[in-house]
Amino acid sequence: MTEAAITAETGDEILTPEREIRNFTMNFGPQHPAAHGVLRMVVELDGEIVERVDPHIGLLHRGTEKLAESRTYLQNLPYYDRLDYVAPMNQEHAYCLAIEKLLGIGVPRRGSYIRVLYSEIGRILNHLLNVTTQAMDVGALTPPLWGFEEREKLMVFYERACGARLHAAYFRPGGVHQDLPQKLVDDIRAWCHEFPQLVDDLDGLLTDNRIFKQRNVDIGIVTEEDVYAWGFTGVVARSVGLRWDLRRAQPYERYDEFDFRIPVGKTGDCYSRYLMRMEEMRESVKIMLQACDKLDQCAGEPVLTTDNKVAPPRRADMKTSMEALIHHFKLYTEGFKIPAGEVYAAVEAPKGEFGVYLVADGTNKPYRMRIRAPGFAHLQAMDHLCRGHQLADVSAILGSQDIVFGEVDR
Amino acid sequence: MADLNALAEKLGAGFPEGAVEAAFGELTLLLPLAGLHEAIRRLRDDPDLLLDQLTDLCALDWPGREARTELVYHFLSMRKNWRLRVKVGVREDEAAPSVVDLHPCADWLEREVFDMNGVIFAGHPDLRRILTDYGFRGHPLRKDFPTTGYVEVRYDEERKRVIYEPVKLIQEYRQFDFLSPWEGAPHILPGDDKAKAGG
Repeated sequence: MTEAAITAETGDEILTPEREIRNFTMNFGPQHPAAHGVLRMVVELDGEIVERVDPHIGLLHRGTEKLAESRTYLQNLPYYDRLDYVAPMNQEHAYCLAIEKLLGIGVPRRGSYIRVLYSEIGRILNHLLNVTTQAMDVGALTPPLWGFEEREKLMVFYERACGARLHAAYFRPGGVHQDLPQKLVDDIRAWCHEFPQLVDDLDGLLTDNRIFKQRNVDIGIVTEEDVYAWGFTGVVARSVGLRWDLRRAQPYERYDEFDFRIPVGKTGDCYSRYLMRMEEMRESVKIMLQACDKLDQCAGEPVLTTDNKVAPPRRADMKTSMEALIHHFKLYTEGFKIPAGEVYAAVEAPKGEFGVYLVADGTNKPYRMRIRAPGFAHLQAMDHLCRGHQLADVSAILGSQDIVFGEVDR
Repeated sequence: MADLNALAEKLGAGFPEGAVEAAFGELTLLLPLAGLHEAIRRLRDDPDLLLDQLTDLCALDWPGREARTELVYHFLSMRKNWRLRVKVGVREDEAAPSVVDLHPCADWLEREVFDMNGVIFAGHPDLRRILTDYGFRGHPLRKDFPTTGYVEVRYDEERKRVIYEPVKLIQEYRQFDFLSPWEGAPHILPGDDKAKAGG
């Protein structure tokens, strides 16, 4: 006869036998709509409370850094589109800046403005996707539908500039590959005048939305110490009130000629990151409008450096000039060589600081090409940020961190 | 960007065991492996340096050198607005000190260097592979690791699961080497009067 039964017979208070309560370990992903691709997280739960998060990454690892060591500098460029495939050109930008720094070549004015224009298009592409899918992660379906419609228009601008909607390979060392037709610049300008209306609409749909606020306000709070300790950059760093934007702090390209503001958050929670992305889209539109005006002023100027040891000659020249033909042949077989040296070049990508550490050994291939992806640092802090939160908050925090696995896994 | 000369002077005075190099507007501090942990702590805590964000950690593989792996730390100071690169050579039989206690973000970065280059970090709380497959063997970013790898996976219809097999290449892996043999190397033709004496 068991102990519990005895107490039941004697009529005393029934005591439940002491049991060991184990935490529940659960797999989040790799196939989960809120996992933003291929994230597998082992989540240890105490009831609904998250005790530990262990993200398992690498399911999208393609070995970009290894592949780069057996390809020429130009052949490596398209791999950058495949990192953060939400804003492809911003990645190419960092790589081109690294090469330009090593070679000491400049970018013509017009090429530089086109780069700024398309970097900001990339920023809007990214923020549109992130803001709307974050809304989807917490239960709203309309924002993604609205956002993707605008993204489609921006993709068309990508396509009209370089022929590809996603994998552009448009930024080249020394400038951009092709000039923009005037009609395209005009269409982008027209779009810039229409777009703020959509941001306002999204604003009306989400900013004061009760459910959206309940899911995001005071969730996943980041502090200033976290930013330094965990290597946060971009929106996540600015959400705590740090005025840190590489476009201002360490200006590259011609961002110092543009008039724009850096939105800065106060609370460091998921909601402030959402607000800042909305504000950054408005600022990006301002930069794009200025870039369109500047492009009008330098119509017809070269967009790619005229140094034919780095950049290919124009197609028309190749029909008449033997020299141009030789340069073209040399560039697309041997490629250009970079003297020995090492640089680190970083851009303010939509997700944060995207850096390229390039080690050249004097040949036509990089000795080592290291990619510093912002998402890697952000995802790493998931454990730190999610502890003590509810299970449902994990997807809200993940959404606000803006993770894309192309760049995390490389 | 803040004045790099000022930073270089401070580093030269504060780290006599290291060497400061400046190139392309960037500073590199070469440090010995002994005392690395303490040096990184000083870089972080010194109020004149405040290099308190570890942006990146990666490793270079130099098969010909005695210290085969070279760890490259990139530090950023948001408050001072400057960057610093720290390079340390690690021999195959040495372990690097883990800096997870100083920079929590070193956790995954060190795991990645362990995964890719096989450097052991002493004192790391959880040194597992991170990017490669579960049960992966070898360290892909070493120069002697083939780009094709050693195993490939496929779904086996009979066993109803994904299986691993040694890599079978239908065609030899094509490593195009278009590097011009005429540039750089001194090719002196016999009887070439115009060649300078001594190459």
